[in-house]
Amino acid sequence: MTKKRVQTTAEVLEAAGLAPKDQLYTLRLYVAGLTPRSQEAIRTVTAICEGHLQGHYELEVIDLYQHPVLAKDEQIIATPTLIKKLPLPLRKIIGNMADLDKVLVGLDLRNR
Amino acid sequence: MAAKKKIIRLEKCPTGIRGLDDITRGGLPRGRPTLVCGGTGSGKTLLALEFIVRGILEFDEPGVFMSFEETPVELAQNVASLGFDLDGLIRGKKLAMDYVYVERSEIEETGEYNLEGLFIRLNSMIAATGAKRVGIDSLEALFAGLRDEGVLRSELRRLFRWLKDKDVTTVITGEQGQNELTRHGLEEYVSDCVIFLNHRVVNRVSTRLLRIVKYRGTSHGTNEYPTMIDEHGLSVLPISSLGFDYPVTSKRVPTGIDRLDAMLGGKGYFSGSSVLVSGTAGTGKSSLAAAFANSACSRGERCLYVAFEEAPAQITRNMASVGFDLEQWTKQGYLRFHAVRATFCGLEQHLGSIIKFVTEFRPSVVVIDPVNNLSAVGSSEEIKAMLTQVIDYCKNQGVTALFTSLTEGKNAMEQTDVGVSSLMDTWVLLRNVETASGERNRLLFVLKSRGMAHSNQVREFVLSDHGLQLTDVYVGDGTVLTGSARLIQEAQNKARAEEQRREATRRQRELGQEKSLVQAQIETLRHKAAVLAEDLAALARYDQSRLETATRDRAELASARQVD
Repeated sequence: MTKKRVQTTAEVLEAAGLAPKDQLYTLRLYVAGLTPRSQEAIRTVTAICEGHLQGHYELEVIDLYQHPVLAKDEQIIATPTLIKKLPLPLRKIIGNMADLDKVLVGLDLRNR
Repeated sequence: MAAKKKIIRLEKCPTGIRGLDDITRGGLPRGRPTLVCGGTGSGKTLLALEFIVRGILEFDEPGVFMSFEETPVELAQNVASLGFDLDGLIRGKKLAMDYVYVERSEIEETGEYNLEGLFIRLNSMIAATGAKRVGIDSLEALFAGLRDEGVLRSELRRLFRWLKDKDVTTVITGEQGQNELTRHGLEEYVSDCVIFLNHRVVNRVSTRLLRIVKYRGTSHGTNEYPTMIDEHGLSVLPISSLGFDYPVTSKRVPTGIDRLDAMLGGKGYFSGSSVLVSGTAGTGKSSLAAAFANSACSRGERCLYVAFEEAPAQITRNMASVGFDLEQWTKQGYLRFHAVRATFCGLEQHLGSIIKFVTEFRPSVVVIDPVNNLSAVGSSEEIKAMLTQVIDYCKNQGVTALFTSLTEGKNAMEQTDVGVSSLMDTWVLLRNVETASGERNRLLFVLKSRGMAHSNQVREFVLSDHGLQLTDVYVGDGTVLTGSARLIQEAQNKARAEEQRREATRRQRELGQEKSLVQAQIETLRHKAAVLAEDLAALARYDQSRLETATRDRAELASARQVD
């Protein structure tokens, strides 16, 4: 499951039926400069990924000041924003990730 | 710093929106945010978008539009009918648009955050276009998408400060709130200029209004101004700001009826004055109005005919029956009809469209037929206010305006149903009289005409195939006769006059005869006198010769006697 390739709709549907732990997670963390708040978010997200999704996640950290166009493309209003692109549904987790429970809920790693 | 005494006036940023720059005395505060608030469908988005587009088209100031409600594609479609090519402007790098999508169910808030993402998006658009103007429609979507109001409020405060620092003129829209101007109190952050748009429905007729709630550091119009959205976009009608300083002329306009001109000091109405023609049903008000329109067109002037009751085709047909060929003027472009039911829209919109037509068509004459129909969409006071604005506008443009008004039977004649008579310079009253001979005839008189010596006579108003005529009524024996009664009376008068004429001729003839008789006698006597004179002369000559003979005889006798 860790193979890096584009998923087809059928595969996405199939994956939806699987347990979260088995799915490939595609995550993007957008920050605005390396502020303490950004760093906090980066640390927390990395820790969660390593703790819960080891081996089947892709995390990319992007500084919007370097790539302002992405803010528009990804519909980002707040920083920091963590976008869970896969598995669906798409979800945006904003803030410095201080509320760990909420981050886990947002990533569908814990039930609401 | 204190040494610098130079006062810097508030610089204004013209919107290019018709009328808005008039009431804001030049535009929105430059480099500052302006809040435009109002209810659903009040035209907030259009105002903001027009501000940006007109900024590019008319003032060469690039702009940025950030929408939270509609996508650029939707917006482009919405304003395409106004002739705005948003895609073209975007390609020309004059405009940048961004649709901000905020969906609460997709967002999980997990601690501290700020809205730097929005700032980055705005900043990159401003940088890419060199924007001077920014439109944001509407920030309140953020309140629906994000839970942390504290963060939101401090970020909005930061956003407005940031926009000021960027030196861009911003229009922010906000939804009308229950007790506040906006649902989320945006007015708290925008202290420079607040514009309120209202969309009211009275008597099932909707009216758009615009009001400047505040505008720091400048004077501005404070009324509610009627606002329209038409094929040219938004327009505000600053008519209530018109004053009395219109030019006044002593030029006259013919009424289209010679005798009526004669009754109005011989020349007709004053040019640029307001004329009221009132009367009960079927007294010929529209015909009088058509005569006026026809006469203007035949002089090569333009006439705007606002018809609230009849379709143009019907008016044309009906007026052909009294000898006015209005169709030719329509074809030649001298006459334009603006036919609309009074209930079609609110008074403000009627006012707006009349003013728009006057501005575009530039007529010298406007006919509004009839004004009392407007009572379906407003009270007397409102109609009066509206007509005041029409009259003021027409006077400012030097346009002569003729209004007809139907007087209901139950009311006094010298009263109009909508109470507009005091606004009028000239008031022509038409009335029906029923005669003893069983007919109804039309009477016309000039009730008032400011600034001219006008006739106090009542005339009979006759509609015929050859046009409109005014004839003298028969006044005698303490009665006024009209119609066939007048004709009978006139026939009788004529017969009597004929009789008198014949009598006089006869008398003349008699006297003539008597005179010639006397003349003949004079002739005879003169002849006799001449004969007598001759006899007398002959007798004198005879006496003389006899005397001479006697003297000679005596001398001869003496000589014969040898007397010495």
